[in-house]
Amino acid sequence: MKVRGFFQPLTWFTGACYLFLYLPICVLVAFSFNTSRFSVVWRGFTWEWYIKLIQDPLVLDALKNSLIVAVVAMILSTIIGTLTAYGLYRYRFRGKTVFDGILFLPIVTPEIVVGISLVIFFVLIHVNLGLKTIIIAHVAFDIPFVMLIVRARLQGMDRTLEEAAMDLGADEWTTFFKVTIPQLLPGIIAAALLAFTLSFDDFVITFFVAGVGSTTLPLKIYSMVRLGVSPKINALSALIVSVSIILITIADRLQRKSV
Amino acid sequence: MENTGLRKRILKFFNRHENLRSFGVLSPCIFWIGIFFLLPLLFMATYSFLERGLYGGVNWLFTWENYTRFVDPLYLKILLRTFRISFLTTVILLIVGYPMAYRIARADKRWRNILLFLVILPFWTSDLIRTYAWMLILRDTGLLNGLLKYLHIIREPLSLLYTEGAILLGLAYVYLPFMVLPLYASIEKLDTSLLEAAEDLGATPFWRFLKVTVPLTKSGILAGSLLVFIPSVGVFVVSDLLGGAKAMMIGNLVQLQFGPARNWPFGSAASFILMTIVLLAVFGYLKFAGGKEALEEVR
Repeated sequence: MKVRGFFQPLTWFTGACYLFLYLPICVLVAFSFNTSRFSVVWRGFTWEWYIKLIQDPLVLDALKNSLIVAVVAMILSTIIGTLTAYGLYRYRFRGKTVFDGILFLPIVTPEIVVGISLVIFFVLIHVNLGLKTIIIAHVAFDIPFVMLIVRARLQGMDRTLEEAAMDLGADEWTTFFKVTIPQLLPGIIAAALLAFTLSFDDFVITFFVAGVGSTTLPLKIYSMVRLGVSPKINALSALIVSVSIILITIADRLQRKSV
Repeated sequence: MENTGLRKRILKFFNRHENLRSFGVLSPCIFWIGIFFLLPLLFMATYSFLERGLYGGVNWLFTWENYTRFVDPLYLKILLRTFRISFLTTVILLIVGYPMAYRIARADKRWRNILLFLVILPFWTSDLIRTYAWMLILRDTGLLNGLLKYLHIIREPLSLLYTEGAILLGLAYVYLPFMVLPLYASIEKLDTSLLEAAEDLGATPFWRFLKVTVPLTKSGILAGSLLVFIPSVGVFVVSDLLGGAKAMMIGNLVQLQFGPARNWPFGSAASFILMTIVLLAVFGYLKFAGGKEALEEVR
């Protein structure tokens, strides 16, 4: 197959696709350091917008909310998702296929549908919208992702180690905590980091289930964008993208680590 | 020590009942997804058949009206636009994503992982921010207009933002990884000896591609198309930021009803229609691509 060469059109085309994927993000980051407020012309390097950002109490408040939501949602969804992956791997029961299909639903359901159905639900059961409702919603959409990642790890796991532990007299409980979990750990941490990122970045669902005073960073960005493009948004966006990139890179490394 | 005694007793109980044990492990998930995902969907479906009350509430009276309103040309137009844009996005990404996935699959092993990672990275980063980045490029005083002016190609800025074209571009940008990843997975598994056989038997590259490569990577093509079409139909952020009020899609209609219009039953009906389209697409896909393995492919 003659597609490997550097001078092949296919290689150039693919290169252009990568440029398409990354150029807008690079533009965003570059603009966040631009002295000029309104123009696209480069007028010099500045930290001004980042300094303005950390001096804005509303942004800091949103950051605090985002961190609370993402950390709590990460912990809960990692525990529940890992248990679910283990349960589906370990046991056979009637309705397993249906259960699998239902877990697939939150992934394919449009976020806006999830958002409005939850807001109807919370209003009907008289729960006030706030951080609590955001966390509940985030855990619900994080669980299937954690489940998938941990499950992939489980499928690549050496099952004989579990059997050996059981043969040597360990009960299922001990085997799970002393043999299964340590083997799964890189996968679980990767899943947790991705759950954190998903939750930290989520806009659409949060938009519907957030209440007064529970603005998260993406909500803050959205309300700023509605007022118009500004270098402050560029700086905030660049920061959030950097955090995501770091976490995703770590998660990717962990997932590649062999069992 | 009492703790271990209790633990042993619980374990013994569970040991005797495997079904109970599996239920114990799976119950947190069943509880959470059941109460905070499935039940709300049921509530939404119910709401879509209720009459709109004063001040954004509902009257608990049954009506079809929220659905019959979609016969109105205004709303039909939104539905059609949503379909048109989602379909076009899928086709464009298939054309762009296939060669890209093919090239990645044929890259040196040490490059392949990096290239793949560079596709996965945007997949996990914020859609909102990635869409906003395009606003910087496309707006009247944005990068592209600035560049064109600098090169003396145009005098007056082109209105690129708030058009259907901008939505298409934004969707293609945001969902490119969704197309490339499943395509890559199926192209990578492709048995190259079959391609060589086709070549030896005299197939031209074009026919070899059409008759051998495409059928063998059908699962990836279907999975990628599904993964692009579904979120495109339900999109809200991209069409809101890049399309504005002129190019509304279903997602924006839903948001409008739950926001300023305060007509929750109508918004629920629109949302229910959206959900139905998605489920039909998934079932159609499963039927086409063949059940459980097809689901695995999507993952």
